[in-house]
Amino acid sequence: MIVSRRQFIRTGVAGSLLLAFSGWLNAAGERRLSSDERAMLAAIAAALLDGALPPAGDERSRLVALTVDGIARTIAGLSVASQREIGELFGLLVLAPGRMVLAGVGKPWREAGVGDVSAFLESWRTSRLALLQGAYAALHDLTFGAWYARPDTWEAIAYPGPPRGYF
Amino acid sequence: MHDPIRAGLAAGWKHIDASTLGKGQTVETDVVIVGSGAGGGVTADILSASGLRVILVEEGPLRSSSDFRMLESEAYPELYQDSAARKTMDKAINILQGRCVGGSTTVNWTSSFRTPPEVFAFWQRRYGLHQLSAEAMSSWFAVMEHKLWVRPWETPPNANNKVLATGAEKLGIPVGAIKRNVKGCWNLGYCGMGCPTNAKQSMLLTTIPAALNRGATLYTRLRAERLRFSGGRISALDCVALRPDGIHPSGKRVQLRARHFVAAAGAIGSPALLLRSGVPDPHRLLGKRTFLHPVIISSAVMPERVDAYAGAPQTLYSDFFLHQAAIDGPLGFKLETPPLHPVLYATTLQGFGAAHAALMREFTRVNVVLALLRDGFHPESQGGQVRLGRDGLPILDYPLGEVIWEAARRALLAMAEIQFAAGARAVTPVHETAPLYSSWAQAKKGIAELPLKPLLCRVVSAHVMGGCGMADAPQRGVADHRGRHFWLGNLSIHDGSLFPTSLGANPQLSIYGLVARNASLLAAELSGRPPPLIP
Ligand SMILES: Cc1cc2nc3c(=O)[nH]c(=O)nc-3n(C[C@H](O)[C@H](O)[C@H](O)COP(=O)(O)OP(=O)(O)OC[C@H]3O[C@@H](n4cnc5c(N)ncnc54)[C@H](O)[C@@H]3O)c2cc1C
Ligand code: SF4
Repeated sequence: MIVSRRQFIRTGVAGSLLLAFSGWLNAAGERRLSSDERAMLAAIAAALLDGALPPAGDERSRLVALTVDGIARTIAGLSVASQREIGELFGLLVLAPGRMVLAGVGKPWREAGVGDVSAFLESWRTSRLALLQGAYAALHDLTFGAWYARPDTWEAIAYPGPPRGYF
Repeated sequence: MHDPIRAGLAAGWKHIDASTLGKGQTVETDVVIVGSGAGGGVTADILSASGLRVILVEEGPLRSSSDFRMLESEAYPELYQDSAARKTMDKAINILQGRCVGGSTTVNWTSSFRTPPEVFAFWQRRYGLHQLSAEAMSSWFAVMEHKLWVRPWETPPNANNKVLATGAEKLGIPVGAIKRNVKGCWNLGYCGMGCPTNAKQSMLLTTIPAALNRGATLYTRLRAERLRFSGGRISALDCVALRPDGIHPSGKRVQLRARHFVAAAGAIGSPALLLRSGVPDPHRLLGKRTFLHPVIISSAVMPERVDAYAGAPQTLYSDFFLHQAAIDGPLGFKLETPPLHPVLYATTLQGFGAAHAALMREFTRVNVVLALLRDGFHPESQGGQVRLGRDGLPILDYPLGEVIWEAARRALLAMAEIQFAAGARAVTPVHETAPLYSSWAQAKKGIAELPLKPLLCRVVSAHVMGGCGMADAPQRGVADHRGRHFWLGNLSIHDGSLFPTSLGANPQLSIYGLVARNASLLAAELSGRPPPLIP
């Protein structure tokens, strides 16, 4: 995010201060998702996948958790540079000031509803700041990638899966 | 299913998975080739055939038909750069490139076109490449077409391709059939995940086994880091071994010494290696003019099932819109239809929540048409620039300017009109604020007003070219028509990075032909044997 750091500063002093924090948080490099990050990703996945997920309940929570596992696996397969960028983004979003200032989500991720999170995603999706738009795109691709990689999601889209039985 | 790669390994091919190295090593050979894709594979075959000792260095893993299970969840992390999520610097373009033995040819879609004659003519005019023309190169293309089974594809097109044909015909737009490099293709449609039947005649199945059979050495999970040179000659290549995850360095290093070095790490990879090495670049051309054929996407919902995941991908095309203006005028575009698979489609598609889910429920009825914009000819289409990131790994800075968006709008209009003419119920440009249009009239009005900007309009690419462009003089290029670097006597560049512009055609055969020629010239020089009979 070397280049984007500058753009971040344009989002205001709050943004650059937050970035300093996230850099510190992620100095450790490669690591597993923290429980705060999992909660944040679960809230985001639930909003992105609303419409594909079943209504609230155990099954929905189970599928969201599987999606978060898939996101973690995808991240582990990205280049060091991409992992670092994603680490910075997550580091910002899990901090309360980051969540409130950048995402505009008042409630902690564990309590935020689909409506709150969708509003934040929508604002990033069409943001004037390329950095936020790019961050939205990353969350979009990670989540939908993790969801549709799982064969149990294919029935809903009538995809039979790859041909079997010949090999 | 017989797996020729596993059989070759069992028979004693020299393959060293560098992630298993217990300690570093220094090895001496005749020629070191970095990258095992289109350019590296052809080079290894031709040099080894003339008796030279060859080492191939590949950053990705060795995978083969037994591993190719047609699953996106396995193919992208295993076989692609950055798990198929490589992005340009501003994140506005998603780049697909292979990263495995065979490079992008292991995962490509088999479309085979010769370099268009007007492209050679432009290179002659602008870059003084008088030795290269459609006539002069035709024997080299013929040799590679024969070797890689490039043939007309006789099987009827799948429904996805048929939409392009039907719509285009209704509008009087000519459509052509695409040749494919396949032998006994099962028409499955999973070429992008590695061919499970060994039908696709990629480098993995052709040139690389040929070189290994002649005793060449293949290193995998080994990243070429830096060329060491002094006095105009390279003495060694320093490499870092990766861990089995293919991402983090393991701490072990390999140094390769040789008479000659070939960069074939692909456009982005080769310029990055040269930039990291600090090779002479007095005219500051290295890494610049990197082209992508930026791809704009139009998605249609058809009344019947299309099943765009099934059947050979990209079997029909239209070049009609490449020929509406001068080659250096407003950007022309080529139309093709890609294969669709759930992850690829879902991640590319705009929006989220209920709207995204609704579009995904139509997955089996979706037709997608692509427009590949011909960048690099218009004076304002300068492409991108490869830079080095904090860790020395490449980042491509490709600004999307007005010439691109002007063409993108024409392309979105053309594709929507074709899709409606073919009977589409609805069409949407893959764009964050585009709705689903239900008629051509509505689409025409809507697309005319659509804000076209980076990150709003999806742009992707599977064709990276340039960055070490050829020319007649070092003021205009990084290498000459033979791929020889202008400043380092024993360095050649043998891959897509040589092209001084894009091509307006899928690049693999252009790379095979040019590299077959240049590797043959190099083989003659290094082995002291007579030069090839083909001019
Ligand atoms: C999904 C997809 C579909 C495509 N479909 C078509 C098609 O239908 N028709 C067509 O003509 N073209 C197609 N292409 C493009 C075509 O395959 C490429 O243009 C061509 O393979 C490029 O050849 P190359 O030698 O330049 O690089 P590549 O084939 O990409 O090979 C470069 C290799 O170098 C390795 N490498 C990079 N850096 C290093 C390093 N530092 N150390 C060691 N190794 C390194 C990479 O891992 C890679 O394996 C497609 C590409 C993709 C990704
Ligand atoms: S369509 Fe043919 S070439 Fe492509 S994966 Fe299937 S069998 Fe292989």
